[in-house]
Amino acid sequence: MQNMEALPYFPGCTLKQRAAGLDRSARDVFSALGSPLAELPGWNCCGATFPLTVENLLDLTGPARILASARAEGTRLAVACAACYNVLRRTNHLLRTDADKREKVCLFIESEYDGDLEVVHLLELLHREIGYGHVRQALRRPLEGLRVAAYYGCLLLRPAVEVGFDDPEDPVLLDQLLAAAGAAPVSYPHRGECCGGYLAVRSEEAALEASKRVLTAVSAAGADVVVTSCPLCQYNLDRRQGIIARQEAGFRPVPVLYFTQLLGLALGADGEGYRLDEHYVDPRPLLRERGLADV
Amino acid sequence: MQMMRPGQTRALIIGAGIAGIQAALDIANSGYEAVLVDRLPSVGGHMAQLSETFPTLDCSQCILTPRTVEVGHHPHIRLYTYSELTGLQGQAGGYTATIRRRAAYVRWDLCTGCGLCQSRCPARVPAEFEGLLGERRAIYTLSPQAVPNKPVIDREHCRYFSTGRCRVCERLCPVGAIDYEQQDEVFEEPVGAVIVATGYQLLPLAALPEYGGGNVPDVIDGLQFERLLSASGPTAGVVRRPSDGRVPGRVVFIQCAGSRDPERGRPYCSKFCCMYTAKHALLYRHRVHDGQAIVFYIDIRAAGKGYEEFVQRAMDEERVLYLRGKVSKVFRQGDQVMVWGTDTLSGRNVEIAADLVVLAPAAVPDPSQAELARILGLTIGEDGFVEVRDAQLAPVDTLRPGVFVAGAAAGPKDIPETVAQASAAAARILSLFSRWERAAQVQVQADGGS
Repeated sequence: MQNMEALPYFPGCTLKQRAAGLDRSARDVFSALGSPLAELPGWNCCGATFPLTVENLLDLTGPARILASARAEGTRLAVACAACYNVLRRTNHLLRTDADKREKVCLFIESEYDGDLEVVHLLELLHREIGYGHVRQALRRPLEGLRVAAYYGCLLLRPAVEVGFDDPEDPVLLDQLLAAAGAAPVSYPHRGECCGGYLAVRSEEAALEASKRVLTAVSAAGADVVVTSCPLCQYNLDRRQGIIARQEAGFRPVPVLYFTQLLGLALGADGEGYRLDEHYVDPRPLLRERGLADV
Repeated sequence: MQMMRPGQTRALIIGAGIAGIQAALDIANSGYEAVLVDRLPSVGGHMAQLSETFPTLDCSQCILTPRTVEVGHHPHIRLYTYSELTGLQGQAGGYTATIRRRAAYVRWDLCTGCGLCQSRCPARVPAEFEGLLGERRAIYTLSPQAVPNKPVIDREHCRYFSTGRCRVCERLCPVGAIDYEQQDEVFEEPVGAVIVATGYQLLPLAALPEYGGGNVPDVIDGLQFERLLSASGPTAGVVRRPSDGRVPGRVVFIQCAGSRDPERGRPYCSKFCCMYTAKHALLYRHRVHDGQAIVFYIDIRAAGKGYEEFVQRAMDEERVLYLRGKVSKVFRQGDQVMVWGTDTLSGRNVEIAADLVVLAPAAVPDPSQAELARILGLTIGEDGFVEVRDAQLAPVDTLRPGVFVAGAAAGPKDIPETVAQASAAAARILSLFSRWERAAQVQVQADGGS
């Protein structure tokens, strides 16, 4: 694969802070595969999922502005964060299909935009354009025998009509990518269930219950590591393991990594800036043991 | 002078399920000829697979067999099984049908139906008729009650065809009926009118991954459960689950699996599932007295004579637990099947550890129906079923004159409604036939008088 033009890329706020490891590893992966990511200039917060919770057009001006400015850069915008992806895809869908709302929002943001930008998740790009075959060829340290639990969560998959990512009932893209990188994806039924999301704001108990379900299933499936693309899922599934371990004797902690972290290491990155030391369940012993990182 | 065209008062009926059988018998018993074509080796369609029928719990085979036998022997019925329609030219009163009969590799004119060939065939194949829960051989009939009771060789699985060695059936056959050189036959039949009676299929389990379809072995569909209930089925009527053969102590039934689902393009109700699910739950309780039957439903559509009473009987006498709500997910956990659902009456989410899950998948048109509609020049609706000329006043007429439709080919229907439609379509054709005959007679008289 030849070098392609740099892809306009929206990191989002979380990737500048808590999920900086996702940002850095995503850039590593795409550079290693010959299509570097180019950060969208002057981007703003997409509003996380809040703009979509109430029927208020003013809240959509944030994501709409991102879409309009990305359209000025090109025809596509690559997104790493599952939450940003969800917000941008759904806002785009609304602007594309509802002329009345589009007109009002465009008046607010003082830009012309008709919804013809394509918002794509990095996983879609790897699947559709870069190709798993190319990923396989570029491997330096295959994830040989690593038992991975691909975790999709809600935001990548739902609502399916608007988000259009994989089959919401039986998603496969992340599993296939990890398999292409040499890993052994485990089968478990909770891959598209909610991790608890923002529920903790309301009820820590309910959120914990949701995370626990996923983690128990992952653990029962014998996974070495959980792999996600969502900073909130990563946080919930990682952090709550401390509480679960205190509640349940015999609970076996499982590191939770971003798919780009694992893929970056497999493609030969040194893990610099991946912030692996900030994970609650330390992934480094596992990575060292498997010869994937020296950190 | 107006003369009768050859075959003008002969009807072609495509599909030999209960609709095609009923229509063929009505036409043949009126003294006209019927050409009955079915893709499968024998007649009976889905009804032949059913254990018992709602709401009377008649044994399905027992009420069907007299009719299949009659079809097999009727002097006015030309039966072409293992055959398909490949072309239809002409117009009402003067159609020419092209039929392809697949090579059975057995000379049915010689075969006595003794069954010896099947007993020693070394190739074992999951039996389609048994919902893949039982086995058949590469040389097989659909069931012991098959009409015609003549076997076919499934070329794909036959040892001889795949390796060039075997010929066990040939050696065993006492009348020398095995013919490995047999070829497909294509021939024409002149007919005056046509009935499409191609029925339905169940949405494949693999299309329902959220319910574990195609993935969890103990998630089966309604027709598979019929075979488990059937005394002539693979378990001789004992309800055993596919994974380990255990008798399930708790069975969850899920209605509307894939139907009433506009997002997936099947917004329609499949119509007969409420009733067969009630029947399944009831029969399961008859077979497994201490078993628990749980049904998830959206609402219960039991509009028919004795239907509501039947559902009430399942609830009251057999203590079937009906939970109003949908299931969100089914997956395997250990040796159990976990069902996540919601009970909208109590407003709570429920998790049920079941031994077996039976889905009532959407009834969908046969996959070959689109091609058949093209051959026949018929219109197919958005749901894939045959469009009728007027849903109110011409429910068995299609948009093409002389071509009629009966039963589930035009949308899901239960047996009583299907039989009524088949008789209606036959009556429409009989009225055409007698009108054409009368017109010809009048013409002959007029010519004779001049």
